[in-house]
Amino acid sequence: MSVALSAQDISRALTRISHEILEKNHGSSEITVLGIPTRGAHLAARIAAIMSSIEGKEIAHGTLDITLYRDDLRLRAPRAIMPTFIPPIGIQGRDVILIDDVLYSGRTIRAALDALGEVGRPRTVQLAVLVDRGHRQLPIRADFVGKNLPTSEKQSVRVSLTEIDGVDEVVIEGEAN
Amino acid sequence: MTTQRFLLKGGKVLGADTADLLISNGRIEAMSASITDESATVIDLKGSVVLPGLVDLHTHLREPGREDSETVASASRAGAKGGFTALSAMANTSPVADTAGVVEQVYRLGQEAGLVDVFPIGAVTQGLKGEQLSEIGAMADSVARVRVFSDDGNCVFDPLVMRRALEYIKKFDGVIAQHAQEPRLTVGSQMNEGVVSSKLGLKGWPAIAEEAIIARDVLLADHVQSRLHICHVTTAGGVEIIRWAKARGIQVTAEVTPHHLLLTDDLASSYDPVFKVNPPLRTERDVIALREALADGTIDIVATDHAPHTSETKDCEWAEASFGMIGLETALSIVTKTMVESGLLDWAGVAQRMSTAPASIGRYAHHGQQLVVGAPAHITVINPTKSWVVDRDLVLSKSRNTPYHGYELPGLVTHTFFAGQATMLDSKVIDKAVQ
Amino acid sequence: MRHLLSINDLSATDAIGILDTATELARINDGQVKKLPTLRGRTIVNLFAEDSTRTRISFEAAAKRLSADVINFSAKGSSLSKGESLKDTAQTLQAMGADAVVIRHSASGAAQRLADLEWMSGSVINAGDGTHEHPSQALLDAFTIRKHLGKGASDLKGLRIAIVGDVLHSRVARSNVLLLSMLGADVVLVAPPTLLPVGVENWPATISYDFDSVIPNVDAIMMLRVQQERMSDLFFPNSREYSRYFGLNSERMSVMAKHAIVMHPGPMNRGLEIAADVADSARSVIVEQVTNGVNVRMAILYVLLAGGPLEVGSN
Repeated sequence: MSVALSAQDISRALTRISHEILEKNHGSSEITVLGIPTRGAHLAARIAAIMSSIEGKEIAHGTLDITLYRDDLRLRAPRAIMPTFIPPIGIQGRDVILIDDVLYSGRTIRAALDALGEVGRPRTVQLAVLVDRGHRQLPIRADFVGKNLPTSEKQSVRVSLTEIDGVDEVVIEGEAN
Repeated sequence: MTTQRFLLKGGKVLGADTADLLISNGRIEAMSASITDESATVIDLKGSVVLPGLVDLHTHLREPGREDSETVASASRAGAKGGFTALSAMANTSPVADTAGVVEQVYRLGQEAGLVDVFPIGAVTQGLKGEQLSEIGAMADSVARVRVFSDDGNCVFDPLVMRRALEYIKKFDGVIAQHAQEPRLTVGSQMNEGVVSSKLGLKGWPAIAEEAIIARDVLLADHVQSRLHICHVTTAGGVEIIRWAKARGIQVTAEVTPHHLLLTDDLASSYDPVFKVNPPLRTERDVIALREALADGTIDIVATDHAPHTSETKDCEWAEASFGMIGLETALSIVTKTMVESGLLDWAGVAQRMSTAPASIGRYAHHGQQLVVGAPAHITVINPTKSWVVDRDLVLSKSRNTPYHGYELPGLVTHTFFAGQATMLDSKVIDKAVQ
Repeated sequence: MRHLLSINDLSATDAIGILDTATELARINDGQVKKLPTLRGRTIVNLFAEDSTRTRISFEAAAKRLSADVINFSAKGSSLSKGESLKDTAQTLQAMGADAVVIRHSASGAAQRLADLEWMSGSVINAGDGTHEHPSQALLDAFTIRKHLGKGASDLKGLRIAIVGDVLHSRVARSNVLLLSMLGADVVLVAPPTLLPVGVENWPATISYDFDSVIPNVDAIMMLRVQQERMSDLFFPNSREYSRYFGLNSERMSVMAKHAIVMHPGPMNRGLEIAADVADSARSVIVEQVTNGVNVRMAILYVLLAGGPLEVGSN
């Protein structure tokens, strides 16, 4: 097992991502940030807070649970549904920034796109992830990446966040071959 | 007609002394410690118990009218399998056995099947309606020589009708076998009323619906000095009333079914209607009281209340299903399990409860006799050391509604002799029709 | 968990899981999303051998909001009313490819027979069998109680609930006694002695014949429907006497605790067990129970059908 990102690495990555989002979108006035629970939601709150201190105003943010839209529900026991909170300004015609901790097969993001489609019609949907570990199974890509981590499919990537796990770090477990 | 001679070697007569029996021309020709006979078929009964042929005082043969569930012939086969040499055909057929014509038909069908004596029971009231007495005299004087009268299936609920019936049968040396069920307390009832029924949402059948009728009828029997028999007693309260009545010298006899000696109402929790029966399965306390009563003679006999039903009337929701269980083929094993293995009854006691006493109540002169030289050769052999697993697909009855499917039961009935003729050898029934 | 036949099929954890799922689904439904793709491609059959509009529509709405296909099979005019057996009906539905059957039937145990005999594969959901149980009603009742009185707790510990009326014939009462006590509430059953079953002393509830002494001390009063036929079957002399002792009228409502709520599974006999102005009062959550019913039934369908091979031993 090896530590891919330390607490400080994570902090710098989130700061950089926040700046990149604001740069690409020319400010925050049309942005709605939605984190995918569980850890994506915490990352979204942090990114929204960073962007808010940069811009000096409130950033519209919330959470988007995608459990009910997963394509792999039948493969295991039913999962608990996490909270979905769309901020009052909504997503209609706005630039939605989806936030998740790890981008892997891409199926979670596909489900998130379906979930968003039920809520309304954003102008754009952009994706920010803390870690991109490759091995996409669908044509999905991230617009903002904290770190690219090449991994083998035998390995697993574990993200810990202070809000839940008491510490900030990203760890790769298992052998590459 | 020369019949086969059989030499039964080494069995324990009434579970006590070992003896050889020689059967010939329908009788026990010889009985002693060791017999040799060149012309006889030898059957080794070492380890087995020899009993007088079992007599069932309560059997539903369904013919005429419901031949899809059972016929006299198929019930006779099932009876032979269970070790029975006499069955009593309850009157709730279609048409009802309330005339000489129907009882003679049933009697004749039994003779044709030739495996057991079928003694028809006559209805107490016309059509079992509980209003007018049926032709009791005609049935008594018919070829069937009916002595037991019962509306079983229904209760003779009207006290005046019951009184008149008890009085009238005195002329014919008869007995009224009452199905004790107060109808007003059991409208739509599905199972015993108690903790289990309240949980399951099935309408309850209170014990007092049975006890109240037993109490009334023993007092009536006392008042008019007549013979009363209580069918299928299921309640501890009913047992106490009968015990009280007998202590006062009232002429009451009583029967218990094998299933009420073993099964309790919590089995209904599966909602499987194979456990739905009239009267219903009761509680552990009742089972214990019934076993003790059978042991001390308060309950005189075991009677099967063999009640065949076609599968569509049992393969459905509880409320839709028919009441009843088959029981001829498992009766002696259940009694072995509940009474002999527990030490409550010895084999002599079993012979008394399942052969002698029922024959006496029904006035079946040739049955239930002591196993002595000269007696009719109605004989049942059971091997208590062998157990067997009940398979509802292998029953000889036409219907498969046994509650014991999959149970392993003690005591294998191996041989049955009816008037000296072998109706079952090595647990295989020898069908006269097949020969 | 493959079937929901009785509250006994659930552990407290399972039940709370269903309530939590329903809570989240309620929020989703309150928002803009009216349809979820979760059960797309599944077929759910409503097998209603006993008349019921509200429960059937509730299950139908729940199934459709999860994008399942719904087939309705009701008693009137169906082969069931013409004497086709439950078994044959079930096998026909199986042949049509039902993933789940929601069954309401007048015979206690019908749902269990359907599940046990495996006349069909798929999940069986008991929507009310005779006088035995009505698990989804109890779950929506618990959901309603928790929402109004739960103070954020996940269970119902410490709450006192009165269930009033024809307990003897009520599947709603049986399921509620099991579920509410499992979730930690104290249940008191209030009824005339004729309408309490023999054996009720063994239920996890207390008994009272005196409605007035119970009212000020409970957090919720659940009124049960009393059928007119019970009078001719000698359960009580007439409706006047029944209402006098066991009806929830305005006078009785005025001595309820300030926070206490009034519930009824419906349909109501306004004027018999519950006065019209009580049913329409601010304390009454009767209409809300219906909305909660759809969300709870969505949660039940989700838990039973969305997942794959199920975890063993959650009970």
